[in-house]
Formats: sequence, structure tokens, C-alpha cells
Amino acid sequence: MDELLLIETVERYLSGEMTPQERSFFEEVRKKTPEVDQMVVEHTFFLHGLEKYSNLKSFKHSLIETEAKLMEDGVIKEPSIHGKARIIQLWSKYKRSMAVAASIALFISVLTAGLNIAYNNQSKQNDFISLKRELTKDIKEGIKKEVGSRLDTASHIRQKTPITDHGKYVGTSFLIDGKGYLVTNYHVISSMKNIYVGNNKGDSYYAEVVYTDNASDLAILKITDTSYKTIINLPYSIKRANSDLGEQFFTLGFPRNEIVYGEGYVSAKSGNDGDSLAYQLTVSANPGNSGGPVINKNGEIIGIITAKDAKADGVVYATKSKNIFRMLDELKKADTTAPLIKTPSGNGLKGIERTQQVKKMEEFVFMVVGN
Amino acid sequence: MSTTEQEQLLLTGLAKSDKSSVEAIYRENYAIIQSFILNNNGTIDDARDIFQEAMVVLYEKSKDTTFSLHCQIRTYVYSICRRLWLKRLQQLSKYSSQVESLEEIVPVEEEVEEHEKRNTDFLLMEHAMSKIGEPCKSLLDAYYLQKKSMQDIAAEFGYTNADNAKTQKYKCLVRLKKLFFSQYKNA
Repeated sequence: MDELLLIETVERYLSGEMTPQERSFFEEVRKKTPEVDQMVVEHTFFLHGLEKYSNLKSFKHSLIETEAKLMEDGVIKEPSIHGKARIIQLWSKYKRSMAVAASIALFISVLTAGLNIAYNNQSKQNDFISLKRELTKDIKEGIKKEVGSRLDTASHIRQKTPITDHGKYVGTSFLIDGKGYLVTNYHVISSMKNIYVGNNKGDSYYAEVVYTDNASDLAILKITDTSYKTIINLPYSIKRANSDLGEQFFTLGFPRNEIVYGEGYVSAKSGNDGDSLAYQLTVSANPGNSGGPVINKNGEIIGIITAKDAKADGVVYATKSKNIFRMLDELKKADTTAPLIKTPSGNGLKGIERTQQVKKMEEFVFMVVGN
Repeated sequence: MSTTEQEQLLLTGLAKSDKSSVEAIYRENYAIIQSFILNNNGTIDDARDIFQEAMVVLYEKSKDTTFSLHCQIRTYVYSICRRLWLKRLQQLSKYSSQVESLEEIVPVEEEVEEHEKRNTDFLLMEHAMSKIGEPCKSLLDAYYLQKKSMQDIAAEFGYTNADNAKTQKYKCLVRLKKLFFSQYKNA
């Protein structure tokens, strides 16, 4: 309480609210007691800092607003094409993506045609039921496989893929280094022989396992395709510290063949059975979400979705993000020739709206498919 | 009105974070920065990011009464962005070819260093703010950032009177101060 009184006095002194008698008395005290003097100096410094902070904060806010307005007005936009040379340059830059897009379009049109034929031969109802049954079977199998493993009551979230011929399982991963290093769950890739990754833009690549860590259920993949182009600036970062209870986050993953967004909060600081390497989250997650990033509002990755409780609703476990750093340290020790992996430190997601955050983030989240 | 006078007016407006001045400076200068960043290994997001940082530098300078701009705003903003972007490229060890510079530039080393120092302070305060929890965060936010009066705050937060709100505010301030200084001494 004494401290409060002192602070109040100091604030009144600084803001000039004191009467002249009070003021001279206080200045007398200040001269005599160095502690009080120290306090005044310190508090002045602190209030000054707080004021600067609040000014800058509101200025930054107005900057963001102005930017948004100008983007709507079309003043800020992607550069348009000027002149012939530019067109050639763009064409050569996107040639590969165009080829991929074209082949995907071809693949999809063939697939749709095939599906159409198959669909026309069956009644609607039958199709719906068969789909449902298969999914249930998958989940059961998933649970069976995990019996006796580290997480007894938890079924690892893994999915049989209906999309590609070469894929038996599907999970999620995300870039931790623009050079093509991805993080996913160990259980996602543990039984995969050939690994493919693909993002929402339709880019897909071959990848191989660089390192695995069974204890924290993490693995590092590296894209081996020569067509992959290094990404300079990842807009997010990875959090070293633990997250607090109640911290809100969003997730991106591939429980379907399309990227799916989820929202939730940190509900416990430990995972299944008191596992201190993990968090318990409240979020909706489904087979295929495994390996997906858990991102807080500042664009920091705080965890990696691993498993969910088969018995309880909405209880999901995620490996803490600091395990990524630990794993990278171990990799360095285990293999001195291993390439240096630089974790991202971007803050491009800070202070922008959620829809924008997701837009910026989604191309760095990859579906992992393998057999 | 001459160009210099117009620019001086813009700076005065900026110092008060007047919306129309901010927008005018944005409109005048953003395009050139974007083309600079895009031509030098950057993306449109980098351009937006760097431009905002430069705006903060200009804002802080415009509030400084001893500061007077000896060149056009355009040149100044361009120089700041160029310096910031060079630094960013170096950090990413992507600094391969020479950065293209057709524009006139002025030395801005000092500004950029000051800016970095300010950024650290800002982040320290923001971190401390994020750690004090509710209702302290909203309370301090209302008083110091939104500059609301104690009466309004008391009504909004459901305190019986302004004095109670004030006591609560001081308690919060003490907590914030402790958090801030504990990091400040470590940093």
C-alpha cells in the first residue's frame, strides 16, 4: 500500500497537481531520501516510456487503417504487367506452376468424368452410406494401430487418403525454413516409404525424412524436388516460451483434400497422462490434422497438433513448439554435417486481421501424402 | 504554396497523426518503395512492412521539434526504406547482388539505429502489457492509450467511484512497472 501511495504522490508531483506547499515539502523529502529521488527518476522514465508506447501504438493502428483503405482504393496493389520484357519474365517465372496447374486441371477433369460415370450408375443414398462406412473403418484402424503406444487413450490422427494412388496416409506439415524444411508428426511419416507434399496452391513436391524424434513425436522433412524454389521470408515465427492457459490460436490442416481452418484455446499445460512435452487444446481436429501448426494471434507457432482423445469431445493434444528447437539442437549434435536449419522469425502476421493472416499463412502449410 | 511548404504542412499533420496527412504521404510514396523492394528480392508484403516502418521513423522525427527535413519527404522515405531493406537482406544472408538505387539518397544511419532501439523498447512494453492480464490491460489501455477520464473508466469497468478505479489503476501500474523493469534489466 505504501508503494501505491508513493506512486500516486510521484504522479501528482510530475503532473503538477500539487499545491506549492506540498511541492516544496516533497522536494525537501526528495533531497533527503535518495530512495524517493530514485523512485521519482524511475517513474518519470517509466511513464515517459509508456506514453511513447501508447503514441506509437495508436499511430501504428492508424497506419494499418490507412493501408487497408488504400488497398481498397486500389492504390496498393500487386504490380501490373508493363511491356513485353515483363511478360516474358513472368512467363518463365510461372511456367512451372502453370504446367503443374494444367496437369492438375487435366487430372481433375478426368477424375470428374470418371466420378460422373460411377455416380450415375449408383443411387445417391448408397454412395453416401458407403463413404461414411469407410471413414468409420479408418478411424477404428487408426485407434487399433496405436494401442500400446505412448498415448493409450488417444488415437493418433491419421487418415487414409482417397485422393492419390500413391498415398495411403495423409497428414499436415509446415515450413520451418524457406529452403524446403518442413515439420510434421513422426507418426504421420513413420510408415511412409515415399513421401509427397502439396499445398493449397497446387504446388506438390517429393520430400524425404531428415530427422525424427519419437519422444516428442516430431519429424523434419526436406523437399527434394529441384523445381522447389526457396522462399525468402516466412511471415511467422516459432515460439520458444510456453504458452499460457487460455491463449487463443488458430490451426490449418488437411482433414479433407482442401485446407481447413480451426480455432480454439490452450486448455491445459500438459498433454495426455501429464505429458509435459505437449499441451491440451480445445479445438476441433480430425484425422489428417496431425502435424498441423497451432498459431497464436501474433503469428507465432506455439505447437503442432498430434492426437485427440478418442473418448472425449474436442480434447486435442499438441506437441509444444519448443520441441522443434530441441530437435534441431539434437540434429546438430547427431550429425555435424547436417545442413543448418534457420527457423523463421517473421512478424508479417502481427496486427492484421485473421482472414489476412490465414491468406498469408496457407501456402506454407503442406499436405503430407505417402504410402 | 511551394512544395517545401506543402511538405512542411504534411509533416506537421503527421506529428499529430492526422489521418489525411498520413494518407497523403502514403499515396505519394508507396508505389516507388514497392517497386524498389520487388526489384530487390522482396515481396509485396515486405514492401508494406518496410514502408510502415519508415512511416514510424518519419512520424517520430516529425514530432521532434529540433528536426528539420533538408530534402524531400520522398527522398527521405526512400533512403530509410533502402537502409531497412538492406539490413533485412543481410540478416537473411540474401545480400548477393548490389541493391539497385537510381533514386537520390541521404544518409540515415542514425535514424535507423534509433528506430531499432525504439522498436526494442516498444516490444518490451508490449510484452509487459500482454503479461499483466485482465482487467489491468484494459484499464491501463483505457487510461493511457485511449486517454479516458477516471469517471468514464469507473463507469465502464463497474467500479463504485473514480477513486476506486484510480487505486486499481495504480495497482496495475505497479505490476506493469515490475514486469517492464524485470525484462528491461535483462535486455
